Amino acid sequence: MSSATTPPDSDPNGRRRIHSMLKLYYGLNEEGKAADQAESLDPCDINGPHFDPEVYLNKLRKECSLGELMDHESCMVKQIRSLDSDMQTLVYENYNKFISATDTIRKMKNDFKKMEDEMDCLSANMASITEFSARISGTLQDQHAQITKLSGVHTLLRKLQFLFELPARLNKCLELQAYAQAVSAHRRARCVLQQYSHMPSFRGIQDDCHVIMEQLAQQLRQKFRDGGSSAKDLSECVELLLQLDEPAEELCDKFLSHAQSRLEADLQGLEAELKDSAVTDTGGGSVQKTSPGSNPVSPSSSVINPFLSPTAGTDILEFIDRGCNEFVSSLCLVIASYQELFINRPQEGELASKNIPEMANGKLHVFVDTLAARYFSLVERRIQEEKGVSDNSLLVRALDRFHRRLQAISKLLPGSAVPSHGTEIVVQAARQRIKQYLSALQTFYHDSLTDVRQALAAPRLAVGGASASGGGASSKDATPSLPELLASLSNFILNQLKSVLASVHLFTAKDITFSNKPYFKGEFCSQGVREGLVVSFIKFICQSSRQYCESAGDRGGSTPPALLLLLSRLCLDYETSTISYILTLTDEQFLVQHHTPVTPVTALCAEAREAAQKLLNHYVKVQGLIISQMLRKSVETRDWVNTIEPRNVRAVMKRVVEDTTSIDVQVGLLYEEGVRKAHSSDSSKRTFSVYSSSRQQIRYAPSYTPSAPMDTNLLSNIHKLFSERIDIFSPVEFNKVSVLTGIIKISLKTFLECVRLRTFGRYGLQQIQVDCHYLQMYLWRFVSDENLVHFLLDEIVCSAAHRCLDPSPMEQSVIEVICERAVRADWSDAVKANSVF
Amino acid sequence: FVNKLQYLARIDRARALTAQTAETDAIRFLVGTQSLKFDNQIHIIDFDDENNVINKSVLLHDAGEIWHISGSPADKAVLTTCYSKTSESRVLTCAAVWRMPPEWESGNHESPDDSSNNPQTLELLCHLDNTAHGSVACVLWEPMGDGKRVISLAENHVLLWDLQESSTKATISSSATLEGKGQLKFTAGKWSPHHNNTQLATANDTAIRGWDLRSMSQIYCIENAHGQLVRDLDFNPNKQYYLASCGDDCKVKFWDVRHINEPVKCLEEHSHWVWSVRYNHSHDQLLLTGSSDSRVILSNMVSISSEPFGHLVDDDELSDNEESQQEDKGKEPLQDSIIATYEEHEDSVYAVEWSAADPWLFASLSYDGRLVINRVPRALKYRILL
Repeated sequence: MSSATTPPDSDPNGRRRIHSMLKLYYGLNEEGKAADQAESLDPCDINGPHFDPEVYLNKLRKECSLGELMDHESCMVKQIRSLDSDMQTLVYENYNKFISATDTIRKMKNDFKKMEDEMDCLSANMASITEFSARISGTLQDQHAQITKLSGVHTLLRKLQFLFELPARLNKCLELQAYAQAVSAHRRARCVLQQYSHMPSFRGIQDDCHVIMEQLAQQLRQKFRDGGSSAKDLSECVELLLQLDEPAEELCDKFLSHAQSRLEADLQGLEAELKDSAVTDTGGGSVQKTSPGSNPVSPSSSVINPFLSPTAGTDILEFIDRGCNEFVSSLCLVIASYQELFINRPQEGELASKNIPEMANGKLHVFVDTLAARYFSLVERRIQEEKGVSDNSLLVRALDRFHRRLQAISKLLPGSAVPSHGTEIVVQAARQRIKQYLSALQTFYHDSLTDVRQALAAPRLAVGGASASGGGASSKDATPSLPELLASLSNFILNQLKSVLASVHLFTAKDITFSNKPYFKGEFCSQGVREGLVVSFIKFICQSSRQYCESAGDRGGSTPPALLLLLSRLCLDYETSTISYILTLTDEQFLVQHHTPVTPVTALCAEAREAAQKLLNHYVKVQGLIISQMLRKSVETRDWVNTIEPRNVRAVMKRVVEDTTSIDVQVGLLYEEGVRKAHSSDSSKRTFSVYSSSRQQIRYAPSYTPSAPMDTNLLSNIHKLFSERIDIFSPVEFNKVSVLTGIIKISLKTFLECVRLRTFGRYGLQQIQVDCHYLQMYLWRFVSDENLVHFLLDEIVCSAAHRCLDPSPMEQSVIEVICERAVRADWSDAVKANSVF
Repeated sequence: FVNKLQYLARIDRARALTAQTAETDAIRFLVGTQSLKFDNQIHIIDFDDENNVINKSVLLHDAGEIWHISGSPADKAVLTTCYSKTSESRVLTCAAVWRMPPEWESGNHESPDDSSNNPQTLELLCHLDNTAHGSVACVLWEPMGDGKRVISLAENHVLLWDLQESSTKATISSSATLEGKGQLKFTAGKWSPHHNNTQLATANDTAIRGWDLRSMSQIYCIENAHGQLVRDLDFNPNKQYYLASCGDDCKVKFWDVRHINEPVKCLEEHSHWVWSVRYNHSHDQLLLTGSSDSRVILSNMVSISSEPFGHLVDDDELSDNEESQQEDKGKEPLQDSIIATYEEHEDSVYAVEWSAADPWLFASLSYDGRLVINRVPRALKYRILL
């Protein structure tokens, strides 16, 4: 519907648009008129080409006043006058020039007439000269023919004389050892002799020459075979022999076998050296092993060992130097002279057709490849002997030299596989080296840990000896250096890693020839150094840490708990900062461009965190087990039915509290406090009353009356409904409170299970009550949620009450008195212990 | 179809649970209570599979609190208990053989909830007199035997009893004593169903020992089998040298008794002591463990079972188990896995037991007296069968 009405509307618009576009194209738009074309098209411009006087006049008349018109007129008259005078001067000047030009032309016309006469005379003279010359040459023609014939005969005679004298000359050359001259002479004569060999006289000469040349060839061969001669002589020799139609193949073989014997000698020299150094190497190694670390506390002294290198014997640089100077340079020389002789020489005549260079080149390649392979195997053996990782620069320099010298071969022999094989060896050596560094780092790490372990063991013994009573104060001193040990351990590792990185970095230094090979730019950095060295090492740390959790065995094992704690903190530190620092450092140093996927930092961090978690869990388990065993023995070995009325807290409970306190101190050295649920400052009093008077009484009071067996169950179930399930070995968080909570949970749960397996008399129950109250007074402060301790202790007392033959609990006030007394005794003990020091 | 059933036993405390071994029709479990103050009882829990109803009967066990209970494999009315007896402020755990009164089924069956109903009393058959040997840890029936031989483990003695005159008289036919330093005490034992019932495995402290019952001598000893106390043992019913053990180190270990240096496999799923481990009687890849972390875990240990690649058609045992007469579908080897963790309990679980009648049903008992009957997940059941 709308389409019917719109065209009339849109049509003019469209046309206008096209119009304006055309205008634009021809520069006719309004702006163009005003700006560009103003000077040329304005009819009012008096100087423009389109000036229209009518328009101009009209315009002036319209626009100007009378006065202005008058001024304009006078101005215009002035302009016209000045223009007139200019025109006049111009006309005068040009008139004079025209007159002088007319004069000059007239003069020239007269001169040319004279010249024409002289030219006619000259042509007549030339005609007579030509006639005379033709007459003279006609008379001399006969004599010239005779002279030409005579000179031809003369040359022929000279050639014949050369032929007849040839044998004698050759002999003389032979005597004087001027082989080159002899060969060239013979070559000149050879064709002629061949051509005229049917004539007896020439035949004789030819035979003579043959004999002599045979002799000569013999001598040349002899000389070639002797090999004592210089390269230049040799090449001359070969050249002559070739000219004498000696088979080139045979010559190549001879040349190469000759060269081979010399190179062989070089290789044998190298091999002998290799054997020597191998012997001295092992000697050096055994000496090292006997040198022990003198100071057990600092890991550095004993750990230098893997970084020592065998100083005896020739080092690898000397070896490679020798190889380069002797073998590689003479190999280059051989290649060069061989190419000079057989490949690059200008070919002429029949020699060209035999395609010598191709054959010779093939032989040369085989020759070089076999020799280089032997050389490489020697070098590889030598590199493999390089086990000490102390001075990497030596190896790098040696490899650099090795690689650099091989470049010469690649220049001489463009298609050869030797240089690429050489690069491969370098790459292999680099890989080997990374592996060696990794294992050295691993050894270092193990040694450091051994040192840490010793350091952990040593002061504990000392303190234990000093104060056998071992109060809280002494256990505080037991591990004084735990944070320092951690710091020094992590520093040692980091420094060692940095120094290894610095050593490995030499491989990619700019002045090293092979550093710009694609392997060293890409794979070496990312796969080799980053993955193979740094990432592997970090993984190794995590791995070995995890092994401590497993190999430590089920009995708590050989690993001291403090070491577990320390390692866990170490792994955690790695997770938070060290890993990303190391990897950033590596990436910066090596400008790693990851073409292949690499292990991301997050994965490593996750692994480290997992290891830290596992270690800490294990620590909790081990410490929990130690306390559990104490509690278990104390419950299992006592006759709870026939025990006496409790007068005091049992000693084992004091031990438990002491041990827990010392663990608290130990963990506090390495881990932060952590969050605990808020409680009032007077927590022990408050919870104490809640724990004993209200809840406990309600919970097991009804069970003393046999008529209501259900109530206890109901109550305990209702209670459990509202309390959260307690995971005994739940994962621990990285803080002190969580660790302590874990240990206390394990201990109290053990206590509970052991109580449930026993049967108690009246006083047995009361003793348990006293013990639990005592534990309650101390343990709440260590855990994140004190209700947990209440709950477990409640459960213990409750279970004991159930397992009691005569359940009459002790008065709460009596329990309090006994525990207060015990606490006071603890205090005085502590004060005494402190005053001792 | 109910997968889970709970039964809250109306008892104060309970540790002892057994399936009624000789009963192959009804799904029936026996629970022994543990109370120092009230009369102890044996609760007979019947599970009606079709109607999903639990029926309970109670029998009085007035000798003392029950630490261990075990049903005769031959006579479903006969059972043994280990109970503690206090006399002159000395607690001694004794063992006795009992017979359930014949009319118990009609007696309490109708009104399981009415506790005022006077329960009937167990009929004492004979005592396994242990006054000379000390407290009894457990009594073991000869597996699949005629119900005439039992073994009791008392302190450090293994006593093999012959029951005569319809179990009314028990005589020691042979015995062995574990010698060693310290106070040795057996904590658990299991009579091997293999080798013609001539082998026994016992646990004391951290060691597991094997005994030859013909010579009454030790045949192997796994020292430090667990890091801490070993709590329970079970023999693989289909692989004669395989043994599972559990203990206070929270681990379940699998042993090949021919190579005792290293466990074949080790599970560490529980977060506290593992008190009980049981192989399924017919599908030995199914393993049940109960722990004092209040959890029951059902694991599928295919890799070390007798059917590591699923069920094989030409297996000899095919005829033994009519349920598994299905064709093998050529499945890939299955992975060991945890099938399910059951968290219905709120206190320590001291006993788990498979039903003797239905291989896909099991019960677990926690200290607060809650008995939970569960079923193996159906998907897994079909995967094992098909």
